Amino acid sequence: MAVPRHNQFFIDPNRCIGCQACVQACSECDTHKGHPMIHLEYVDRAHSVQTVPVVCMHCEAPTCAEVCPADAIKRTEDGVVQTARKPRCIACNNCVLACPFGVPEMETELKLMMKCDMCYDRTSVGKKPMCATVCPSQALFFGTMEEIERLRPRSTPINQFKFGRQIIATKVHIMIPKTGRAAYIDVTAAMDERSMGKDITLMILDEMLDVRG
Amino acid sequence: MATIPDLEQDIIERFGPHLAYSSGVRLETGIEPDRLVQTHCCFCGQQCGIQLKVKDNQVIGFEPREDFPFNRGMLCPKGVKRYLQGSHPDRLLSAYERDKKSEGGFRSVTYQKAVERVAAEIKRIQSEFGNDAFGVLSGASLTTEKTYLMGKFARLCLKTANIDYNGRLCMVSAAAGNKKAFGIDRAANPWSDILKSEVVLIAGANVAECAPITTNYVWQARENGARIIVIDPRITPIARTCDLFLPVKPGRDVALFNGILHLMIEHNLLDHQFIEQETVGFDSVAEQVREWNPKRTAEVTGISEKAIRQAAEWWGEARTSFLLHARGIEHHSHGVQNVLGAINLVLASGRIGREGCGYATITGQGNGQGGREHGQKCDQLPGGRDISNPEHRAYVAGVWGVDAAELPGAGVDAYEIFRKIDRGEIRGLLSICFNPKVSLPDSKFVTRALEKLEFYVAIDFFLSETAHHADIVLPGSLHEEDEGVVTQIEGRVIKINKAVDPPGDARQDWRIIQDVAKALGRERGFTFSEPREIFKELRVASRGGIADYSGITYEKIERQQGVFWPCVSDDDPGTERLFEKGSWNPIAKGAGRFYFADGKARFNVAQYAPPAEDVDQEYPIILTTGRVVSHFLSGTQTRRIGPLIDQYPEPKVEMHPRLAEKLGVEDGDWVTVESRRGRVTLRAHVVATIRPDTVFIPYHWAGNQSANLLTISAQDPISKIPEYKVCAVRVSKTD
Repeated sequence: MAVPRHNQFFIDPNRCIGCQACVQACSECDTHKGHPMIHLEYVDRAHSVQTVPVVCMHCEAPTCAEVCPADAIKRTEDGVVQTARKPRCIACNNCVLACPFGVPEMETELKLMMKCDMCYDRTSVGKKPMCATVCPSQALFFGTMEEIERLRPRSTPINQFKFGRQIIATKVHIMIPKTGRAAYIDVTAAMDERSMGKDITLMILDEMLDVRG
Repeated sequence: MATIPDLEQDIIERFGPHLAYSSGVRLETGIEPDRLVQTHCCFCGQQCGIQLKVKDNQVIGFEPREDFPFNRGMLCPKGVKRYLQGSHPDRLLSAYERDKKSEGGFRSVTYQKAVERVAAEIKRIQSEFGNDAFGVLSGASLTTEKTYLMGKFARLCLKTANIDYNGRLCMVSAAAGNKKAFGIDRAANPWSDILKSEVVLIAGANVAECAPITTNYVWQARENGARIIVIDPRITPIARTCDLFLPVKPGRDVALFNGILHLMIEHNLLDHQFIEQETVGFDSVAEQVREWNPKRTAEVTGISEKAIRQAAEWWGEARTSFLLHARGIEHHSHGVQNVLGAINLVLASGRIGREGCGYATITGQGNGQGGREHGQKCDQLPGGRDISNPEHRAYVAGVWGVDAAELPGAGVDAYEIFRKIDRGEIRGLLSICFNPKVSLPDSKFVTRALEKLEFYVAIDFFLSETAHHADIVLPGSLHEEDEGVVTQIEGRVIKINKAVDPPGDARQDWRIIQDVAKALGRERGFTFSEPREIFKELRVASRGGIADYSGITYEKIERQQGVFWPCVSDDDPGTERLFEKGSWNPIAKGAGRFYFADGKARFNVAQYAPPAEDVDQEYPIILTTGRVVSHFLSGTQTRRIGPLIDQYPEPKVEMHPRLAEKLGVEDGDWVTVESRRGRVTLRAHVVATIRPDTVFIPYHWAGNQSANLLTISAQDPISKIPEYKVCAVRVSKTD
């Protein structure tokens, strides 16, 4: 059975609290128990508690599959890019190096590339992915476009990403503030600067505190 | 009894903490569980709904529980990995007796023999030194049935006044403040009211780490247009993107609340009609906050005048709002004053008792609410009754079938119990669900007291650090091995369902207590055969009290997905929101909506005083303590769960780069933190998300990693909560 088309995956980094519930829950998934497929990183912990969760973006034209010499990575009809097929995967690392989002991981012990398959075992039977179900801040959200538009009026879902001259369209959406409305997220443009977003800083303190000690 | 120091390592080798990871059947794919048990998480006060996968009397995993309205499937990492506490290698499977010749310092004994020894020691100590020489320490992670039974056991079976519980470290400042202002101690509103608020003010609550699911309510309120104001000395994840951040200097919260009220009065941002008709005491409070002009408030709190004015404007002008606070303002030697200062802001706004107008403290422990209602507090009887009130005593004595004169009077708080042990006034101790050696401040003192006990029996499922000192250990039950009710963060009574049987000789805690009563030859009143029977008696014992559960049944809880107390009759669905216009309560009897004879809420003058131990030349830095998202309280459970330890393996000292530079410390360096009470050496975590005058250490760890070696045992004079959130330390790079 296919993933119901009306439900989609949205990442809203603005909401992420870095709690790792998604990572811990991902490793409970029946198809890859013990191996979390989510990347959750601090952007710059020395300056901010901001974290960003990344699941597989499920590209319309998946670079990982395009570069796979063994044709081990398949995209289902409903747009889910599957983890590498074990009999075919030759653990060459091409996909790991090529993915613009840095998603696939090489499990050297298993000699197998593994990545998020949007909990295909759950979503294909009408359940939500594990991470989006448990996420306490709903930074990971699984629902319809109508729901996300109603629930998050301050943000716009974007699913086009520009890497240099390449524009990639994905099944997964990223929520960006409406004030920063854009047709796509230019990833390379942001690579050289530290992303502080709307982060609160302790500037207030800098003005008035004398540090003792 | 003293733990011989050189045995400590042996004890740890034998009893842990060892780390559990998924293995065996838990790691296999395609396993069909025998059943899914709908229950709740064993950790914090939110009590998220969860389904446990059970196979062959083992919890092998979880499924989200999306039907429970509070969390709708959401869980934090602790909830996700909680199942790993079952079938754990450290699990106590038999009773143990101290024996320094045995491996690990304890030898396994038969359950019956252990219980008989407990009874004999209780008898010996009480006949020699009096009934009050035996103390009881209980906890708020137990089901309400157990907490009720613990109170009854202390008063009726042991006839000791000296019982208290670990909510003393948690909920008591909020409880005392709520009773003074509203006459009742419960979250005033369901969390759904957060979604309808124009301003959400969060004071001293690391929501994202300590009550993670509440985050979604706060973020959704913001999507709906709310402004979020956060008061905290650290930029926690909930503060990172808030609309206004007030980085209060630890211990100065009440000054900030008074300063905001000062501005609300100055700019006439008050609900005059509400204040006049439904409250008393405003004039004295107004008089007292006159001195808290923005300049003085800024000086004392370390927050800019501009930010204070902005907070007052937003809070004052809002039409709807929700004020949340937690241990950040409560863990102080003036914690009750902080709470009263916060409540004064709510009362001045008149925004209480209606949709979108809310106030609540965020309960910490799983049954932080229910565990503080039915008689395990030193001065309390079931139903939130007062042990010093003759009518209350008579009612409960009637339920228990004894003369009121037989009930002891008020005892002392949990920390004072240790002072009494130290002074030789308490000689024997029974503890359950409490790990004071890790969780109480100034843990060197606590250890010294434990070493003075003539006899100590601990009921536990893992050997906690406190239980290292026990003479007898009785193997108790995990959350998933028993049934009963708990009351979660919103005041909603919910049902914990049993998933598996206790393994080995372990048994349900209430059975153990009853076995001790029987061995003492005082089993009258302790012959329940199931939690449902205890609950039935609890309902009667609570009837007519403020925390009235008399209309609650297990079936009603299941039918309604929980029942908010008070619930006074079979056809009463419960009370979701307190203080609604026209509501009736047993104290006001229709005179008004608050729980006082005149039905009016109370403004209380909230006095500012500096922390008990302020910084000085010798100890120039403020230490504040708290939690991290992957651990829970004293860590007895979470320090045994591998993936949670991997997420946050050891405590670190958070400090601002400016302080670090001054100290010559870089991120990852070992630093020694010293107070007048002790010292710890931990790695530095240099981050710009904390005030430069403050360092933070999480308190979940034991031994030489314990933040509570440093903290001070100063307590609030009213609530007796310890001042975990402020003491003076010095920090140096470790050579």
